[in-house]
Amino acid sequence: MKTSNFPKCYKKETKPNKFCPGCGHSLTLKTLGQVIDGFEISKKMVFGIDIGCSLLAWDFFDIDTVQTHHGRVVPVIKGIKMASPKTVAIAYMGDGGGYAIGLQSLLHSAKRNDPITVILVNNTLYGMTGGQKAPTTMKGEVTSSTPGGVFTDDEPFMGPELINHITKGKAYTARASVGNLFDLKRKIQEAIMYQINGKGFAFVEVLSMCPLNWKTDVKNTIEFLDKMEKVFPVGVIGKS
Amino acid sequence: MAVKVKAKKYLLTGNEIIVQAALDAGAEMFCGYPITPTTEILTGWAEKAAKDKNLLFLQTEDETSAGFTVIGGVLAGKKAWTATAGPGNILMQDPMSMAEAMRLPTVCYIGQRGGPSTGTVIYSQQEVTLTRFGGNGEGMRIVYSPSTLQELYDLTIKAFEAAWKYRFPTFVLGDGYLGKTLGDVDFHKKPKNYASYPFVQNGEINNLRNTFSIEEELYDNLKDHFKDFTEMSKDVSECEEFMLKDAQTVVFAHGVVGSATKMAVRELREEGYRVGLFRPITLSPFPSKETIRAVKRAKRIVIAESSYGQFGRIVREVLYGVTDIPVHRLYRPAVGIMPEDIVEKVKNISK
Ligand SMILES: Cc1ncc(C[n+]2csc(CCOP(=O)(O)OP(=O)(O)O)c2C)c(N)n1
Ligand code: SF4
Repeated sequence: MKTSNFPKCYKKETKPNKFCPGCGHSLTLKTLGQVIDGFEISKKMVFGIDIGCSLLAWDFFDIDTVQTHHGRVVPVIKGIKMASPKTVAIAYMGDGGGYAIGLQSLLHSAKRNDPITVILVNNTLYGMTGGQKAPTTMKGEVTSSTPGGVFTDDEPFMGPELINHITKGKAYTARASVGNLFDLKRKIQEAIMYQINGKGFAFVEVLSMCPLNWKTDVKNTIEFLDKMEKVFPVGVIGKS
Repeated sequence: MAVKVKAKKYLLTGNEIIVQAALDAGAEMFCGYPITPTTEILTGWAEKAAKDKNLLFLQTEDETSAGFTVIGGVLAGKKAWTATAGPGNILMQDPMSMAEAMRLPTVCYIGQRGGPSTGTVIYSQQEVTLTRFGGNGEGMRIVYSPSTLQELYDLTIKAFEAAWKYRFPTFVLGDGYLGKTLGDVDFHKKPKNYASYPFVQNGEINNLRNTFSIEEELYDNLKDHFKDFTEMSKDVSECEEFMLKDAQTVVFAHGVVGSATKMAVRELREEGYRVGLFRPITLSPFPSKETIRAVKRAKRIVIAESSYGQFGRIVREVLYGVTDIPVHRLYRPAVGIMPEDIVEKVKNISK
């Protein structure tokens, strides 16, 4: 099999990967892999992953990877960065991990301006457990715990905006989408450079698809992502 | 502030002793969240870290985060540790179960306080079960139970040694009486300082996980842990056997209740009672062989503890089927046990 357009930092033995076909995690990780190749940091970094579908990436890269508990990847990565400041420390998690169970740690890490990079995949639901409501679930969205779209009157969670607010614009905060991989790549690059340049906390939320739990075909998947981009504005929200 | 008593003797509180012991064991990083009776460990470390830039310190947003940040430090090769109590010990079980699964040498001091729930804030022996078996695993942990200030120092150092040597999460199970007592301690012992090492950024590519998709894969992994635990048990388990040779009554006690029992035994011996103390120094791995040996010639057993049988359950499990001599209980959950209480108990049952 010709694999030349795979990022060099891929662990080839574990490809094809474990994500569902059409999953936005694979696209996000491929983009991250390209950035890692470009910066030549694969030997100088630790990749931390949460529980959620992100755990499927525990052996995705030929890179030091640590998988932890649901919502706990930020403190683990912070601990590594504290103990080994030269390491490029990247945390990768879902919206349930970051905005529900692990929100406290995410916000405090941002507040402390910890020099780490956090990439959070927003697919508007809990993928791994079968598509329940997440803090990012949109109004009227049908999930396995919001049948017919009930119980969705609350506002979807605006993560980068919140972090930007509490850090008074000191952190790098951005939202990108797997619908525009070129833009996603640029934002991941900026978020990693932010850490390397010692500027502090960097956070990218990635709008991503979960066709399995959205129960969408290709056309509807793209439409769903378009709708997400209207609810969650893509762009750089803050940086210094 | 340490007041120097004699050449190498210092007058310190228990919590100050713990900090000094951690430093002498080579600890470099502390993350924690304030909770009585262990707060002075956090503030004590913060004071040291403020003066020494090689010492890392983080006051986290909660104990869960403290434990996971410690895990990050350990993964990067630092002797990292934490201290907590009661409700904090509950939250600490989340990271400690990860440490147990991934065999990470974390060190955690527990200052037991009264429970359940918020309870009281200074003293109990009610965190035995939680500390030994907290988490959704099999209790592959090392747990030391110091009974004096000197032991607090020695066992805290040992905890770091054992953690890094055998790679099981290691706990020192104290309480607020010990932590807040002022006394002298001998720093003579030169600790061995078992070296730390990184689990990432160590020249290899490490893909570390605690999640498995195949049941047999996890089972194989656990079997290795059980084997390693059994093997290290004989080197790590420790106990004190005091006046047991001709003892007809054997009192089982640990921690500060062990100290009280020792005083009671001395007093009772003066009055002619044939009584002795068996005091496990490690609650996990438990000195089972010695426990069985201790009751060989005994006529009765007393189990004394400041909980409602958490320690007693361990002793009785070890002795199950070994002896049928009567077991007397002196269970006083979350209250202290004085030497007089033990003297009275032993006299009553010896009649
Ligand atoms: C403490 C704890 N609670 C619950 C779970 C079950 N659980 C596993 S993954 C998950 C949600 C994952 O959703 P998200 O973080 O959005 O990631 P995704 O799978 O969508 O990528 C939950 C609730 C768990 N593993 N641990
Ligand atoms: S369940 Fe959803 S998020 Fe998880 S791998 Fe499948 S498509 Fe991706």
